[in-house]
Amino acid sequence: MIPSSDNLRDKSTAAPPPTSIWLGFVSFGAVIAAQVYSILTSPAEGDMGHLQKIMYVHVPAAWMTFLSFFVVLVFSVKYLWQRRENDDLIAASAAEVGATFNGLTLMLGMIWGRPAWGVWWVWDARLTSTLVLFLIFVGYLALRAFTEDAQRKALWSAAVGAIGALNVPIVYMSVKWWRTLHQPPSSPSTLDPRYTMGLRLNAIAMLLVMVYFIRKRYEIARLERAAEHLAEAAAMGGR
Amino acid sequence: MAWRDDWRRVRAIAKKDVTTELRAKAGFNSVASLGVTILILLGLALGPDAEALRNAAVGAVWLATLFAGVLAFNRSFQVELESGALEPLLQYPGPRWTIFAGKLLGNLIFLTLMVTIVVAAGVVLFGVRIPDRWPSLLGVILLGVVGLVVLGTFYASMASRSRAREVLLPLLLFPMLVPVLLAATTASKALLGADVMHEAGAWIRLLVAYDLVFLIATFIAFEHVIEA
Repeated sequence: MIPSSDNLRDKSTAAPPPTSIWLGFVSFGAVIAAQVYSILTSPAEGDMGHLQKIMYVHVPAAWMTFLSFFVVLVFSVKYLWQRRENDDLIAASAAEVGATFNGLTLMLGMIWGRPAWGVWWVWDARLTSTLVLFLIFVGYLALRAFTEDAQRKALWSAAVGAIGALNVPIVYMSVKWWRTLHQPPSSPSTLDPRYTMGLRLNAIAMLLVMVYFIRKRYEIARLERAAEHLAEAAAMGGR
Repeated sequence: MAWRDDWRRVRAIAKKDVTTELRAKAGFNSVASLGVTILILLGLALGPDAEALRNAAVGAVWLATLFAGVLAFNRSFQVELESGALEPLLQYPGPRWTIFAGKLLGNLIFLTLMVTIVVAAGVVLFGVRIPDRWPSLLGVILLGVVGLVVLGTFYASMASRSRAREVLLPLLLFPMLVPVLLAATTASKALLGADVMHEAGAWIRLLVAYDLVFLIATFIAFEHVIEA
């Protein structure tokens, strides 16, 4: 029943191919270009004025949060299925990057909410479920931090990742009901076509950043794991 | 009759856990006392206005249940670990899920008894009027406890074997329980009041769905989790 630790040890002592530095340049260049484009082209919004510009980071960051949680789900299930160490490392990298985007989404949302709504926080369905998602990410990362054994860490966090992702739609639905049954939700604003192009470009740029971050974090995780395996092998009598 | 053998395994593990608790009593008594203590503290923090307390009663009872209950789950695996009993338990023939089901059943009995005490204390301390629809209210409480126990037992099977288990379990468990907390408190409040919006039924369905989804998911995941 218990897979031997040998199948963990093979392959991964080799260092992975380094992440292309060009991916980094291109993704950050794309962010700068998309920001410049959207700031220059979008007119000041009627109610919000230039406060609206925060949307070009906030909304793509929120999309990337959900996308990276989806990556965590896919690679967690894949790990449980096939038990390949690299899948675990990809899921963990995506969780770290996702938590970062999630924190960014919440911070920017609050910075926007203070002048727009007059309060830092409202118990709105989307806000609350994004916050709960952040807490689930935090739990996932804490579990990894508090678990030493590599195989245990991988199996447990895969289970927590998959079950946590399963909960996301339920959390969203329950918070939405909780709100709508008690007081009307904030009115959804339809987006003016003058702002959509900027938003799309920024989303693509942010996607590139996300891919770069996950790829880079994965590379570091592989190197760390390879170093652990080498140290282990040396301690076992040197190979 | 494979399922009959499985059911006997489940019962044996649950019985063992309940017997251990009955003989020692220290675990149950301290957890139940903590639940009541939390209720008293909440009453002091929110009171003394009788109306304010009555409105806060449902939330206070559920929070006291969560905070005290979370201590029970780690215990159920910790007693195995302390006496080195988990390894032999895993060596026994038969499917692994029966261990989870047994622990689940044991914890369910434990938590149901604890909740009975906490709810009774809440009714007395917060001046709650027992509604006509009290059987539905009991149903809501039971469904909420099942959700709490399913995820609590599952996460404790990991957290109890990690470093920093005291903080890790609530950190993992509480965000996951947000739907249970919302559904149980809102449905209970509706049943205690007039339920003019007829919302209790929808929340009860949500609780049932939640319990079923995570019962199935944790049963599948437990086999992976326990082997490491």
